Amino acid sequence: MTPQPRRRRLEVEDIGDITVVNFVDKKILDEQNIQVIGEQLFSLVDELGRRKVLLNFKNVEFLSSAALGKLITMNRKLQSAGGKLILCEIDPQIYEVFEITKLNKLFTIHKDEQTGLQSF
Amino acid sequence: MTAPAPCLPFELVIPSDLGEARRVQAEIERALHAVQFHEHDIFAVKLALEEALVNAIKHGNQMDRGKLVRVAYHVAPDRFEVQITDEGPGFDPADVPDPTAPENLERPCGRGLLLMRHYMTEVAYHDRGRAVRMAKVRRNGAK
Repeated sequence: MTPQPRRRRLEVEDIGDITVVNFVDKKILDEQNIQVIGEQLFSLVDELGRRKVLLNFKNVEFLSSAALGKLITMNRKLQSAGGKLILCEIDPQIYEVFEITKLNKLFTIHKDEQTGLQSF
Repeated sequence: MTAPAPCLPFELVIPSDLGEARRVQAEIERALHAVQFHEHDIFAVKLALEEALVNAIKHGNQMDRGKLVRVAYHVAPDRFEVQITDEGPGFDPADVPDPTAPENLERPCGRGLLLMRHYMTEVAYHDRGRAVRMAKVRRNGAK
C-alpha cells in the first residue's frame, strides 16, 4: 500500500532566533495527526537545530492527553539541547486541562505571543 | 464481576478504529447540543469520551480491528450517561500511577484517567477494567 502524503500540521515562522509555531488543526486529537505533529515539532530541534520555540495555541480548540505527551517530549528535548519552549495563547478551557494535569507547572505559559517572545 | 447490563437506550458497536470513534463522538455531541447542554459540559464529555475510547481501542483492544468496542449511552436534559466496553485483557485503575506526582510529571502518558475523573460527575470501572461507565450531570445555568 502506498503511504499517504503527510499533510503539514504546523505553520512555522522565524522571528529573529525564535521559532514561532502555530497549529493548523483546531482539534489535536487523532493518533496519526498527533504522531505527525510530534515528528514535525521534534524535527525543529533535531534536524533544524532550533533552540527557542514558541508554540502558539490560538487556533486550538481541543486537545487530548496524547497531545500533551508530545509537548512534554518536546520540552525535554529542548531542555537537554540547552534551549527553551514557551507556550502561549491557550484557550481557557484548554488551559484548565494543563491545570488539572499540573502541566502548567512544567511548562512556561504566557497569555499572548508578544509576552512569550520577550520571555526568551 | 462482569459488566452490569447497561440499561442505556442507544448502543453502537464499532471496530477498534479511531475514525469510527470520531463518528461516535460526533453523534453524541449532536445529541448533547440538541438538549442544550452547557458548552463547558459538552467540552468535558467530549474530552472524557476521547480518553475512554482511545483507552478501549489502543490499550484495551490493542488496535485489533477484529475486536469490538461497545458504546451504550443515554442523553437526558439533565444527565448524560455512557458505558464503553472493550474486549481486551482489562486493567486495574489503581495500578495507574498518579501523573501529577512530581516524579511522574514528565512522563508523556497516563493522564487520560485523571481527565475522565475530573471532567465527569461519576466514573466507575466494571468487568476487571474492560468497561467504564461515566455520567455527567448537567450544570445549572448559573454556573
